[in-house]
Amino acid sequence: MNRNAKIFFWVIWILMALLGGNGVIERLTMGHRLAAYTSYVPWGMWVAAYIFFIGLSAGAFLLSSLVYVFGVHKLERIAKLSLFVAATTLVMSLLTIWFDLGHMERNYEVFTRPHFHSMMAWMVWLYSAYFALLLGELYYALRRDLKKLSADAVRDDDRKLKRLATIGIPLAIAFHGGVGALFGTVTARPFWNSPIYPIIFLVGALLSGGALMTFIVAALWPEKDEAWEDLLRFLGKIVLGFLLFDLLLDWADYSIPLWYGVGPEATIVKYVLFGPFWYVYWIVHLLFGVTIPAYLLSRKQDAKSIGIASVLVAVTFFAIRLNLVIPGLVTPELRGLEHAYIDPIGGHLSYHYVPSFFEWQVLMGVVALGMALFYLGQKYLPLMQTFNNREVSK
Amino acid sequence: MNKDRPDNTPESEERRAVLGKMASVTFAGLMLSGVLARAQDAAPQKTLIPAEPFRASSDAHQDVLIRMQGELERAMQRPINERRWGMVIDIRKCIGCSSCTVGCVMENKLPPGVVYRPVIDKEKGTYPNVERTFLPRPCMQCEDPACTPVCPVGATWKREDGIVVIDYDACIGCRYCLTACPYQARTFDFGEHWTDNAAQGADGALALTAARDYQNPPNFEYGKHWKRGEGIIPKSPVGNARKCTFCTHRLDQGMLPMCVSTCVGRATFFGDLNDPKSLVAELAEAPNASILKPEAGTHPNVYYLK
Repeated sequence: MNRNAKIFFWVIWILMALLGGNGVIERLTMGHRLAAYTSYVPWGMWVAAYIFFIGLSAGAFLLSSLVYVFGVHKLERIAKLSLFVAATTLVMSLLTIWFDLGHMERNYEVFTRPHFHSMMAWMVWLYSAYFALLLGELYYALRRDLKKLSADAVRDDDRKLKRLATIGIPLAIAFHGGVGALFGTVTARPFWNSPIYPIIFLVGALLSGGALMTFIVAALWPEKDEAWEDLLRFLGKIVLGFLLFDLLLDWADYSIPLWYGVGPEATIVKYVLFGPFWYVYWIVHLLFGVTIPAYLLSRKQDAKSIGIASVLVAVTFFAIRLNLVIPGLVTPELRGLEHAYIDPIGGHLSYHYVPSFFEWQVLMGVVALGMALFYLGQKYLPLMQTFNNREVSK
Repeated sequence: MNKDRPDNTPESEERRAVLGKMASVTFAGLMLSGVLARAQDAAPQKTLIPAEPFRASSDAHQDVLIRMQGELERAMQRPINERRWGMVIDIRKCIGCSSCTVGCVMENKLPPGVVYRPVIDKEKGTYPNVERTFLPRPCMQCEDPACTPVCPVGATWKREDGIVVIDYDACIGCRYCLTACPYQARTFDFGEHWTDNAAQGADGALALTAARDYQNPPNFEYGKHWKRGEGIIPKSPVGNARKCTFCTHRLDQGMLPMCVSTCVGRATFFGDLNDPKSLVAELAEAPNASILKPEAGTHPNVYYLK
């Protein structure tokens, strides 16, 4: 990174951190009063951000498992980095959803008052187990680089890593499929109530997590040699594959309810495609999230194109998540309820939802914290060792 | 004479006796019309204002509130698992006055943004052929509620008497139940106050002491004292999901739910559906009784008469 880019990056980060800090203070002192979500659209941008971050985490983790479980040597160089990114994005997601709770201090109750029917409870238990497993894997993956280990100890750590990563695969699939099921099981919401959701969530996680890793490798890898370009091309193919698969699921999810254009789900799909926020689907998702990246990944093979394509995919994936959470809630369950009784003070009985500045501030704070964690991690932990470095260290 | 009334009722007997006495009076012809009118007025008044207002009577012309009051007392004497509270709302009688909504807000001291029983105003047709109907929407207290199984901490459940309740001390405020209710009968307490937007004076909001006093005392939902409060750790029910409880705290004191008491058109009926002689049980069985969104499969205990 050149000097100007670095300064620009730092200015942006400081701004985000300041606004974020302010948002978090407002959240703690004012509660939910400044939020734009309502009792009728009870989940807003924070929930969308939560499932976005947690998808990034699951995707990055599964990428690392390709190395530790299936021995895909091509990705060996980024396995530790993937684990660390998975942990960072998991912290971001948990923080976001923690701020979304009405009673943050009661989060432990999911363990002390378990309710086995609830898909949300299962999701929390599974990602807690996943978090513990991630930390364990990181420990065994990084230990060898932080202190001298005998060859036997390294082999032993490798075995433990493989074991943990093997447990991690079904765990990651279960917990992120569970996030999809959390929405899919809500029968009152025709837009969400679909058996395809757990699958869509998993493919989305692999796509967005893979794209984020590709971008990080493209932008921040210290040694931009031949092997690096080779690795990027390989990652680019993975991203392109998942991009097209995700598009297919997208088509299935939208075309089926829309085909005859009748029914509650068709109404919501029409709202997504042609409603007031049509550009989120057509411009942000389809143009910047699918068309341009697909063109770059299939036609261009250079590192810069792959980097741009993957950052576009990773960032615009947030639009897909927004388009999943919010449209499911914007139509009244009983017609006329929107006018029946209003909230003259905070407007919290409305079906109209646009995130408030306060919500953006808190989100910026979480992103700034995630970036800081990542910065510190790649500075002080041996996450991005190249093959050459590793040979030297051996 | 009132043609709807059968002739063997106590009122008509009484009237005959009055008439008999009058007939023997010399100026009967002059007096008759006036006495008749007075007799007609007096008869129904006698049954409308009983000596003991909270005792049930088998009189067919008593106010439905009196009848339901008696049935409520009878139901409360049975064990909780033998009761199944239900409500019937006659939308032909509802005039859309929102007294039930306002009564509920007062009784439960609901802050802005929290509502248990809004009245949906439906307009059909185009001018001049327009029809308006009103649909009060309390919690349906479903037999198979969709909102309770989703709770990650088991803070909401269906009581033995059929009322779906929330433990304010346990609810974490995730709002999953709000998304799961097909009737959107749950709202979130965002921590607002009615005087939030009022101009500020030296001693606080210029909405003055009366308003501040109104919003500050505790409410008595679930028979406890709830004093709302904000902050890093908000005081419940701030930060909680909230919903209609059929005024469980009033039922425990032998009182009908507030919305039933305040309904000016006597359009809301309440009682024990397990008691076949109760008014609600009779009405819920009527051929014109229906439920909202039967396709949701939640089997509501609130019926509508159309």
